[in-house]
Amino acid sequence: MASHWRHLVTPLIAGNPVTLQILGICSALAVTTSLQTALVMSAALTGVLVMSSAAISLIRHHIPNVIRLIVQIVIIASMVVVIDELLQAFAFAVSRQLSIFVGLIVTNCLVLGRAEAFAMRNPVWPSMLDGLGNGLGYSLVLVIVGSLRELFGQGTLLGVTVLKPVAEGGWFEPFGLMQLAPSGFFVIAALIWIIRAVRVEQVERAEHKVLRTRVPR
Amino acid sequence: MSDLLLAALFHENLALTSFLGICTFLAVSERFETALGLGLAIIVVQTITVPVNNLILNGLLVDGAWAWLGLPDVDLSFLKLIAFIGTIAAMVQILEMFLDRYVPVLYRALGIFLPLITVNCAVLGGSLFMVERQYDPVESVVYGFGTGAGWALAIVAFAAIRERLKYSDIPDGLQGLGSAFLVTGLMSLGFAAFARIPL
Repeated sequence: MASHWRHLVTPLIAGNPVTLQILGICSALAVTTSLQTALVMSAALTGVLVMSSAAISLIRHHIPNVIRLIVQIVIIASMVVVIDELLQAFAFAVSRQLSIFVGLIVTNCLVLGRAEAFAMRNPVWPSMLDGLGNGLGYSLVLVIVGSLRELFGQGTLLGVTVLKPVAEGGWFEPFGLMQLAPSGFFVIAALIWIIRAVRVEQVERAEHKVLRTRVPR
Repeated sequence: MSDLLLAALFHENLALTSFLGICTFLAVSERFETALGLGLAIIVVQTITVPVNNLILNGLLVDGAWAWLGLPDVDLSFLKLIAFIGTIAAMVQILEMFLDRYVPVLYRALGIFLPLITVNCAVLGGSLFMVERQYDPVESVVYGFGTGAGWALAIVAFAAIRERLKYSDIPDGLQGLGSAFLVTGLMSLGFAAFARIPL
């Protein structure tokens, strides 16, 4: 039992899907303009990931190897349809904001990547924990990026004003760039830098070393 | 039509303004030649799948599509995700076999990138945007080609920049993935400027 917890804990920071494995980045950038959409997207993805990991792991001995990708994609797509219909039924406004990105969980490489790398080779319980851990690691990045972008872009968190903007008689000048597309890349790049400054073993080796040149005095 | 094409190429570039296919974008941009090959493959697949998905959607899945069979209440639109991903997988497979038989040179050049396209979210994203904006079949051909070409343009430009980036002095923590994110961000900022140019 205790040995399974590493499947849950490792993907949080040490093997984070977004900052280390380069998985599931498309949605991590596109839905993080506000904390609310980031939270809903995290919940949707974690749900799909846990359910599809469990389902794929359950029938892993019966999937012929040649058509395994198609089987995996169909299972994932069915889970996504369920989540998508649920969102449209109970959270219609948010589902409008998320636009096509809930549907795109089908091709989110995080889900397929974990199915292929872990769920196909492990029993149900560790697969579910691995799914949950990776889902939470992804959610952690989304929530951090979403809070930063909403706080500095609009001065609000979950729609509640935290920093009062100048337009409403406060002091905070909203940082418009944070609401634009590129800031997602900058925030994640900064996050990667911070994580790698602490965990030096994640640093990629440079292909070419730049030699120090002596500056003439 | 030319408005739609230009918008798909620059204003709404799938890779740099909607962030679609970014995983592949970051992973397969280490070398210029492979990026070019993948870009060409994406153009072909996207130009075929968006119109085909459009026909499937309007012919089989929308509300009332089965009225001619005496089934006016059947609405299968909840199946569109599964239908689309199936079409994309099938199209990629057919394209692979076709190229293998008739254009072996291109087939060898594209190699492993063809099957990868199935899970590139730019392809599925293009089809889903087509549904959301309700394009007709002709518009979807133009839109498919435009988004494919836009994605190819972005990855080719990015790969060219990355090849030069290898020789620069970058802080340890930003080596590789970090600097790739920063450069994509700057490129995306550049493409955001296109939004200010009216068509």
